[in-house]
Amino acid sequence: MKKVLSRIYLAFIFILLYAPIAVLIIFSFNNSRTRAKWGGWTFHWYISMFQDGAIMSALYNTLIIALLSALISTLLGLLASFSLIAMKHKKRTVIMSLLDIPMLNAEIVTGISLMLIFIAVGQFLSKWGYTIEFGFGTVLIGHITFNLPYTVLLILPKLRQLNVSTYEAALDLGASRFLAFRKVILPDIMSGVLAGFMLAFTMSLDDFVITHFTKGPGFDTLSTKIYTEVRKGIKPEMYALSTLLFVSILVLLLIFGRGRGKKTTAVSQV
Amino acid sequence: MSTKLIDLQNITKSFDGNLVLDDMNLYIRENEFLTLLGPSGCGKTTTLRIMGGFETPDKGRVIFDGQDITSLAPNKRQLNTVFQKYALFTHMSVAENIAFGLRIRKKSEDYIRDKIKYALKLVNLEGFEDRTPDSLSGGQQQRIAIARAIVNEPKVLLLDEPLGALDLKLRQDMQYELIRLKNELGITFIYVTHDQEEALTMSDTIVVMNQGYIQQIGSPEDIYNEPQNAFVADFIGDSNIVNGTMIQDKLVEIFGVRFACVDTGFGNNNPVDVVIRPEDVELRLLPDIDSGDQEKYDEAVRKITRVNPGYFEGTVSHIIFKGMHYEIEVQSHGFEWLVLSTRMFPVGSRVLMSVDPFNIQIMNKPASEAEMAVTMDEHL
Amino acid sequence: MNKTLRKLLLGGPYMVWIAAFIIIPLFTVVYYGLTDKTGAFTVSNITAMGTPERLKALILSLILSLIATAICLIMSYPLALILTKMKTGATGFIVTIFIIPMWMNSLLRILAWQTLLERNGVINQILGALHLPKQYMINTPYAIALGMIYDFLPFMLLPIYNSLERIDPNVVNAAYDLGANRFQTFWKVIFPLSLPGVISGITMVFVPALTTFVISDFLGGSKVLLIGNVIEQQFTQVGNWNVGSGLSLVLMVFILISMAVMQHYDKDIGERTTIL
Repeated sequence: MKKVLSRIYLAFIFILLYAPIAVLIIFSFNNSRTRAKWGGWTFHWYISMFQDGAIMSALYNTLIIALLSALISTLLGLLASFSLIAMKHKKRTVIMSLLDIPMLNAEIVTGISLMLIFIAVGQFLSKWGYTIEFGFGTVLIGHITFNLPYTVLLILPKLRQLNVSTYEAALDLGASRFLAFRKVILPDIMSGVLAGFMLAFTMSLDDFVITHFTKGPGFDTLSTKIYTEVRKGIKPEMYALSTLLFVSILVLLLIFGRGRGKKTTAVSQV
Repeated sequence: MSTKLIDLQNITKSFDGNLVLDDMNLYIRENEFLTLLGPSGCGKTTTLRIMGGFETPDKGRVIFDGQDITSLAPNKRQLNTVFQKYALFTHMSVAENIAFGLRIRKKSEDYIRDKIKYALKLVNLEGFEDRTPDSLSGGQQQRIAIARAIVNEPKVLLLDEPLGALDLKLRQDMQYELIRLKNELGITFIYVTHDQEEALTMSDTIVVMNQGYIQQIGSPEDIYNEPQNAFVADFIGDSNIVNGTMIQDKLVEIFGVRFACVDTGFGNNNPVDVVIRPEDVELRLLPDIDSGDQEKYDEAVRKITRVNPGYFEGTVSHIIFKGMHYEIEVQSHGFEWLVLSTRMFPVGSRVLMSVDPFNIQIMNKPASEAEMAVTMDEHL
Repeated sequence: MNKTLRKLLLGGPYMVWIAAFIIIPLFTVVYYGLTDKTGAFTVSNITAMGTPERLKALILSLILSLIATAICLIMSYPLALILTKMKTGATGFIVTIFIIPMWMNSLLRILAWQTLLERNGVINQILGALHLPKQYMINTPYAIALGMIYDFLPFMLLPIYNSLERIDPNVVNAAYDLGANRFQTFWKVIFPLSLPGVISGITMVFVPALTTFVISDFLGGSKVLLIGNVIEQQFTQVGNWNVGSGLSLVLMVFILISMAVMQHYDKDIGERTTIL
């Protein structure tokens, strides 16, 4: 009886979670420009999606920003972790709580604060004739900023578990500092570094709020594109694209196995 | 003779198709310190969990004090468990941990306070009431786990490898503590361990288990001195276990050499397992062969054959000083004999070795695991 | 290599980053929030929250985010319990199934609800086919609360699941062993031990729900405004950064209050968020 009840409950939540996604996927095959009507099955939107310049450029921007911000924030996070681990406890606590602000603060406030600083610096620089252009660069900086605490969060614990004597043993056996780092330390913390990179990449892919406040006119990622389209009527091509993205993430997750959820994992694993 | 407090009858249990316990019968008497001893996966912990109520046997019955408790929930049983890795409530103080069972039973706060005091005194941790479990060492956590269990005045305390996580010195201290506790409380202890030394030190009765079967039940002395099969002999202490042939009663042949022994009833010309404890092997140095001193050689043989008409020649291949004695490896007939001796024999020296007939243990070769199992009738 | 130089190379870049893109921007918000267009000190941007329309948005945001957090908790806890009780092996896969929706773009997930709830949406079409009256669902506070619950449910589920999974089964057995029944074991042992997960779940749902403007945009139309919408419009439509910053400061006060409350209930989360 208890087992049946819990099965029913699982099924209920499962349907609640997946029904909307299923609806989106079905719409991507709807042979009708409006979603109010079912016009039969079609693959048309999947083809025209690739011919739509605006969608393709948003996709390109999304991917390149995700890749670059993940790379840079992982690198910065790696440096930060090495520097943090060498610090005294008190100093580390202070710096870590500063670093965690973008993670704990509301996204809208982080977005606004970045927008304001870009404007302020832009006004300051305009005295010498320079300007700050809102677009690729500012969005990238925004993404690196909110990714940074997560990469540190995943790399630092690995560094803590590290056995210092293996590094010293490598030095003792004649390895140079660089070689000892590459052959001994890096393999041990690699899982954390990779997890940090993956988390940063997917968080960047998914971000809307920070991008919304740091992007300029004429620059779009997929999220901001969806946002503007929703207001003036969404193109069916967007359903097709989201279906493709969802399926590719699904496949990636199934390949890499136990992909857990994004930032909750990072936060609750600590 | 005291009565059976717990009686396990025909217990069978399997997990995912793996048989963990097969038709096991065992009883535990009141006030006994009984140890379930065996390697991991032998079914000892499952046996304990069945008594505690955390597993239900597929077949068989658990009788406690004359009542069938096979399907009784753990919280209704008059036994308490000390778990592996202590399982303390980390969100509560030491006092709250100890008071847990008493509060559930709605005892008065005065009673609870006295009990906490008494229990902490018993485990030598007076004044630890307000500490949190996280701030305690492994040994201290272990004592709190014991205190938490015994304040409920159980008739039986079940202990599941309670010392497994402690270091050697602490483990030895805790063994004495446990014996003292048992004597002071006057209740039954059922103890699970894979550590034969622990079992030999503390128990009144040892139950040796392997692969879901009871191999032998007996006092520590019985188990050590008269192992009933090669498994027990091998598991308890170090042993030399070799193939032999029982020529006739009181005569066994090992590697083509005939040794006098004291065992009878194994038939004639039957294959048997022969167990010889390392401390029972007698060694005698042979004079240097190159010097060819026949007289000295004969002298040595004469002396060794006083011990037993049968003897081996061998070469010392390894020797380690162990304080009280030397641990020596002797190569003979392609077998590596382990010998404990108070005398030093340099590596490479030739030796004669023999064993007092009384110290040669003869055992039937088992045809199968099931045949190795013994029944409760042998629980004396 | 020189030791101080090495320290500087390691520690320099991210310290500069923290200063330039985390701390100084926050002070910029404070500066804009406490000054007028001429740069003179004023509290009028803070008191600007006092207009009936904005107060209404703030109160509605608080009510909806509290409701959404409570419902997420009520829905997630039993789910997490069921998942932890499942046999290992299958668990990893099943947990993944409940987390996968989180990997889909959150705007799309909200959009999906729009297509379900709107006037000629999927639900109303199904109702129509069954000859039942159409329901007015979109552009109501209920729709927004539903969107919040849907969007943030996994953020509640995962921390609770992780904290439950970390409980040593023998600790639960010990409670039974000491005489506690199922109910007592749950309230005295399992629930207190899962509290860190519950607390981080609550913060991870409450703060985003309180400050969202996308969910209310998509499911509330322009009819239902949350405080997030009010602030967002100050920046993107009105263009009054001073008022926008002032309102953000008020919002941050609520975020800080919620964190302080949580910290009070659980010392662990403080450690978690500050040390790591």
